[in-house]
Amino acid sequence: MSDSASIMPEHPPVTDWINDFDHTDPVWTEDPFPIWEELRAASPIVHTERFLGCYMPTTYQAVKEIAYDTEHFSSRRVIVRDVRPEITARAPPITSDPPEHKPAKQILLPPFTPDAMKKLEPRVRAICNELIDEFIADGKCDAAARYTKHIPVRAIAHMLGIPEKDGDLFIKWIHGILELGIKDDNALMEAVKEMTGYFAGHIEQRRKNPADDLISTLMKARDKDGNPLTDEHVLGSLRLLLIAGIDTTWSAIGSSLWHLAKTPADRERLVNEPELMPLAVEELLRAYSPVTMAREVMKETTVSGCPVKPGNMVLLSFPAANRDPAMFPDADKVVIDRKENRHAAFGLGIHRCVGSNLARMEMTVAIEEWLKRIPDFRLDPAGKVTWSEGTVRGPRQLPLLFGKAS
Amino acid sequence: MAGKLNIRVDQDKCQGHARCKSLAPELFELDEFGNAHEVGDGSVPAGLEDKAWLAQSNCPEIAIEVTEE
Ligand code: SF4
Repeated sequence: MSDSASIMPEHPPVTDWINDFDHTDPVWTEDPFPIWEELRAASPIVHTERFLGCYMPTTYQAVKEIAYDTEHFSSRRVIVRDVRPEITARAPPITSDPPEHKPAKQILLPPFTPDAMKKLEPRVRAICNELIDEFIADGKCDAAARYTKHIPVRAIAHMLGIPEKDGDLFIKWIHGILELGIKDDNALMEAVKEMTGYFAGHIEQRRKNPADDLISTLMKARDKDGNPLTDEHVLGSLRLLLIAGIDTTWSAIGSSLWHLAKTPADRERLVNEPELMPLAVEELLRAYSPVTMAREVMKETTVSGCPVKPGNMVLLSFPAANRDPAMFPDADKVVIDRKENRHAAFGLGIHRCVGSNLARMEMTVAIEEWLKRIPDFRLDPAGKVTWSEGTVRGPRQLPLLFGKAS
Repeated sequence: MAGKLNIRVDQDKCQGHARCKSLAPELFELDEFGNAHEVGDGSVPAGLEDKAWLAQSNCPEIAIEVTEE
């Protein structure tokens, strides 16, 4: 996804962040943290005319108010884009509002409990080691291209019961939907079409030969009236699992390795005190939350006292909430053993990420296995770290050198 | 000495983040959907007080109530 900037149609550069923000601006992509501070100092919620009108809550409190308010804010559109076409491809439950939301979500929750993730864990450990085997002898690698990118793709393929080698197709579709699709409706539609065709084939196969995998689980599921889900619902949920599960976790693992590469003190602590991992993973999730969601304003209301008007989108920035110093002391510092940490990296309220237990397991395993085999590493000064654009933030090029600096 | 602690998960607020179970597996259980409830009657055995507070201060939904007798 590193080539996205050159393909996307240009937006005029931002000169006034407070009244004209743009989360696809290269300055934001490179380093959004000072921008969020500026916006937060101005108002708990800011507005831009871009994207046909869009708000952004800047404080934890404002993000929370919107996340809990399903009456005034709809989830039917979950990405802020240049266009707002008719809604065709749904992805329940992420795009569902109450009352449809709960039954759709309850179908997906059991396969993603912490216990279910424990069963998947050995496969993920093996995947990490297979990947490390491929580059460890080189003494360096682009960790985004060769490590972090492949872990979630293979893990979700394993869960869905489709060939792990089809991962490259998934990556292509996700790029079309999450990055190109922000500004190019054709790229989005093309990716959705290919993906739908791919899964329709797998659904047909499962009809003949049911299997013990997530596709079959969805096909066996019943709605609240006892009827099977429509193919459209199954396809929508599969689209969601794929889109939501891959570059989010790829980003979270990548940002974590990026942090550890440039922060030897934290890296050494984790190597010497592995019992810190659970707290460290949460802190890395807080500080480098990859996912920003969206809502659509349906009815006029107020957020933290500020009026918001229907017809606008909302950039629901969990990452900005997680950097709010009113909620987190030293919010701009990574404190890897932070004790009080109610971060919102997986959202708040009914749309809490279904895959959060999977993401945590993948992050933990990916960092643990990396540190076991490559305890010392640093950013390669000859390379350049690049970041994804738009809804999901994480390194797309992460050149690292192994071993201690000489 | 502080008094005995009790924990309670508010079922309307809990969204199944599972932070409580991961930080204090002795004190919380998850149902088949991954939502939490307190083990037994929610009384915190001696020695687990810190874990109860840790779980409480990491629940993103503020769904865990800790009371002191
Ligand atoms: S941490 Fe809070 S929201 Fe999560 S399972 Fe426990 S009580 Fe529920």
